Order: sequence, then structure tokens, then C-alpha cells
Amino acid sequence: MTILLIVAKSLRQHLLSTVVTAASIALAGGLLMAVWVVKTQSNDAFTKQNAGFDAVLGARSAKLQLVLNAIFHLEASPGNLPWSDYEDIAKNSAVALALPIAVGDNYHGYRLVGTTTNLFAVEHRPGRRYRVAEGNAFEAGYMEAVLGSFAARQLKLQVGDKFHPYHGLNFDEKQKHDELYVVTGILEPSNTPADRVIWIPLEGIQNMKGHDAKSAAEISAVLVKLKNPIAGRGLELMYNKQGNRLTFAWPIAQVVAELFGKIAWFDKVLELVAWLVAAVATGSVLASIYNSMNERRRDIAILRALGARAHTIFLAVVLECAAIAVLGMIAAFAVYLGITTVAAGIIRAETGVVLDAFAWHPILAWAPAAMIGLSALAGVIPAVKAYRTNVAENLVPVS
Amino acid sequence: MPLLEISQLKKAYTSPDGGTHVVVDVPEFKLEAQAQVALSGESGSGKTTFLNLIAGILAPDTGSIKLNGLELAGLRESARDRVRATTIGYIFQTFNLLQGYTALENVLLGMSFGPGADREFAKALLKRVGLDTKLNHLPRQLSTGQQQRVAVARALANRPKLVLADEPTGNLDHANAGESLKLIREACRENGAALLLVSHDREVLGQFESVQELGKFNRAAK
Repeated sequence: MTILLIVAKSLRQHLLSTVVTAASIALAGGLLMAVWVVKTQSNDAFTKQNAGFDAVLGARSAKLQLVLNAIFHLEASPGNLPWSDYEDIAKNSAVALALPIAVGDNYHGYRLVGTTTNLFAVEHRPGRRYRVAEGNAFEAGYMEAVLGSFAARQLKLQVGDKFHPYHGLNFDEKQKHDELYVVTGILEPSNTPADRVIWIPLEGIQNMKGHDAKSAAEISAVLVKLKNPIAGRGLELMYNKQGNRLTFAWPIAQVVAELFGKIAWFDKVLELVAWLVAAVATGSVLASIYNSMNERRRDIAILRALGARAHTIFLAVVLECAAIAVLGMIAAFAVYLGITTVAAGIIRAETGVVLDAFAWHPILAWAPAAMIGLSALAGVIPAVKAYRTNVAENLVPVS
Repeated sequence: MPLLEISQLKKAYTSPDGGTHVVVDVPEFKLEAQAQVALSGESGSGKTTFLNLIAGILAPDTGSIKLNGLELAGLRESARDRVRATTIGYIFQTFNLLQGYTALENVLLGMSFGPGADREFAKALLKRVGLDTKLNHLPRQLSTGQQQRVAVARALANRPKLVLADEPTGNLDHANAGESLKLIREACRENGAALLLVSHDREVLGQFESVQELGKFNRAAK
């Protein structure tokens, strides 16, 4: 207990440097944990995210572009394919469900995706379908829209509201279409990219005034659910190897994993920066305590004169460094939550993929342990100085 | 058997020019249990070094220091720390209170390295020195005389057999000095501790029945 009292008193006596040093630990620790969690979670979320589909069929292009466009509703469509291609794959015995989609319009930056009511039969997770939480599904052939939950919230649209779509995938107020759509329903949150989409009947996109007349018989892609995911190999062979007009992106997770593989170097740089910041913060503990050793010499001498052993003083200094790190890492969780919440918000707004700042990750245990351990280790240097304090010389006040 | 028995004690320092400067050279010194002895000596006579050797803060170069039957000279530093924490109380000229600790905490700290913190005894000691209303005051919130009284209470906190006092009234005015000295002597007597006090103040020395001149038994001071 005595040693804890000595540590607590010292922290209080050097309050300003304690707070500043703990704050630097908090920022570094929070950044380290946030970088790790955002990186790992986004990697997991993107590679596990398939919105309920096993593959995408689209115009000849890179698989990644096809998946980003059709599943994540990012990037431009690589081109259209005729309706007959949809009919062909829908009839394939390996296919459980084929959902045609058409893109090309937006409302204030949120994509309009034309599709069929089969959307509501798709399980985005086992046992969980895209369900209309408020209102009703759209009806084919009508200018009706069902909004993803995130899009509805961001656009502040409710059931019964009406809106004019805008041409193109990016919002341009000069590109307003004349058609007036009515919101008939809002989807239950699915934590998939579908949450940030405005779903309308397929014909809506195909027949929107100003669109190329040829597109009335075309679609942008077909989302495919297979009866058995292994069957994708045969379809891949058929479309990608034997044909040269279409691309069959399968399996989706592998396609996205390739993207993360390409930017793996960036992850490494981020990790390195986070570790460097953590190392600098740990060094600041050392500098802060070491620089205050001169003013501590007399207190140390007094403690020794009262009978405190040299190793007690050594331990007190090491514990003080660790205590600063403990305080810093407690605050680091607030920094971590702040960074991950902001990052998760941005990622969700841009991709629809949901990250959970409160989800457990082992780094939330070993980053604090590492920071506290490193700070205690850094404390060994000033602790040795404290250990060697000459008691007799330092009992006399410094004048 | 005397409480403190010193023989052939020597301590020297290396001076900046590389030479050896002997500060303490005491062939023999004894102090009986519960005795109260004053040592007189001018500045530079080795008073503080002599006390620091007895307290185990400094290790002697040669010689023997037996305290309560235990030979200190051969002990390692940590063992000397232990002896100091359990057997010796020390009152300094500059009080040496820890500035971040309250009066009560300073006294508790005086116990905690030795027999262990006893809050009630600490409060009783502070009450004895007239500071029962200042338990939670920091040293800077106390007068010089009050700080000295905290130092007295702290020196007795570990129920020592020997209290060493190094010019304990040196920083006090005349009135406070007399009062403080009386308090130190009474408190030591009440707690069964011997007192070895060094001073160069004739008025202080005049209060003691037994006064020994350091210059006479420390050959290095002659």
C-alpha cells in the first residue's frame, strides 16, 4: 500500500506532466487500436460481404469492378448485357435465384437500382431476407421506390414522399429527370450495401426519359445465388474461359480479397505509423519522468532516510511510469471509440458496410498491455537513477 | 549492554583534488538505552556524517557500530535500511517533510517502512505534539514550528529505540526552539527512546545533563 501511496502522490505532485504524458499515450494507444480494428474489421466485412449472393454476371470487365458496382454499389458499371443473358443464367440448373439489376441514376448521390421484386426473396444472411419494415414493396411497372434504411435516414425521406431522380451515378442538379417517384417502403436495416440504395422497378431505370432507347432491353448485371456455391466453378469456366463477352465474378469474397491484397502495403504503412506513434508516446513517459528526477532527488532521499529500501524506490518509479500508461490507456479507449465511430460512419456512408466499434478484438487487450509494459520498461532508466540517489547528499535542501 | 556501541569508526571522503579527507575517526562512543545525550561541535566537525553512519545512511570505511546488539557495519544497504526503518527515528534541521503529503501521511510514512502504518498511533503522536487539528494540512500550510513538530511525531512513529536529531532547532526562533527541544526530550522519554542530539547552540546544549564535545572523541575533528 505504501508504494501505491508514493506513486499516487508523485503523480499528483507532477500533475501537469502526468496529464500531458498520459494524453500522448491516450492518443497513441487509441490510434493504434483504431487502426488495427478498422483495418481488420473492414477487411473481414468486405471479404465476408456478399449481400446474399454468390456471384455476379456482367459485361466483360475486371471481376473487381463488377463486384464493386453490383454488390457494393460503388464504381461505374462496366457496361450492359442483354436481357437474354439474364434469362439464360436464371434457367441454369445450378442457379437458385438470379436478380437482374440496372443502374444509371441517383437521388442526391444515393444510387437508384432497378430490379425485380425477387429482391425481397433474397436472404442477405441465413434466415434474414430483405424485408420492408415500413410501407410496402414497389410494384413492377410503377414509379415506386423502396429505400434502404441508411439512404432513407440520410435523405430524410419517408413513406409517401415523392422525388425526382437525377441522371448519372453522381449527383448533378442539372440532370434532373421528369419522372416523379413515390416512396412506398423502407427496408429493415440489413447492414449490407443495400441499405444505402434506392430500389425501384427494373423498368424504371430502363425506361427513364433521356436514357438510351437501346437500354430498355438491357441490364447492368445479374446477381446470382447458387444452389451449391461449388457450382460456380462450372459457370466460371463457361463464361470466363469459353466465352469472351461476359464476366462471371465468383466467388465474391475472393474477388474482394484480391483488392485487399493489392492494398496490403498500405495496411503495413498504417501499422508502422501507429507503432511509431506508440513508441514515441512511450518515449515521452521516459523523458517526462527522467527530466523530473532532479526535483525528485530530495523526496527520494527523505523516503530512504525514513527506511524505504532502494528497490522500493526503484519499483515506485517503474510503477509510476506504468500508472501513467494505465491512465493514458483508459483515455485511449475514448480516443479509440471516437476514431472508430467516425471511421465506421464514413465507411458505412461510402460503402454500406457496417463496422462495430464496440466489437471485441484481441488488440483491445494486448495494445494496452504492450503500452503499459513498454512504459514500465522505459521507467527502468529513471528508476535506476532513483535507485542510485545519494541519500546523505540529497537530504540537504537545494538552495 | 549499551544501546549504541561504536568502536574504531572511520569514514573518509575523496576530495576533488583526489586526496582522502577523513571526516569521522571515533575510537569509542557509547549510548545507554533511553539516555539523552547532546553532542556539541562546530560546522564541519563531522556531526551529520557521524549521525548518518549511526543511522546506516552511510556505510563506514572501517570500525564497528553496534545498535541494540546488532552490528551495522557489516550489513548490506538494504539491511541497514531495515534497521533504520524499525529502530531509528531521525529529526533533521530542515525537517525534511515530504511536501506532497499531509501531516498525518508524513507520520504514517514514518511507520510504513518499519512496523507498518498505525493510523490511530499516528494521530495520537500528532495530538501529543499539539497538531490534532492539523492532520490533513500540507507542510506548506503549517508554520515552521508546526513543521518541526510533525518531524518529531514522524521520528517517533516507528517506535524507535534511538532518535537522532541533527540541529533540530537550527531553523527555529528562540521561543520555538526552547519549546521544540522540550517536546523532543519529553516525547523521547515517554516513548522509551534514547536521544542523541547534535547542536552547536549553547542554549540547547545547556538543557542536557550529558553533553559530549565531538571534537574530543572524533579525532578527525581535532
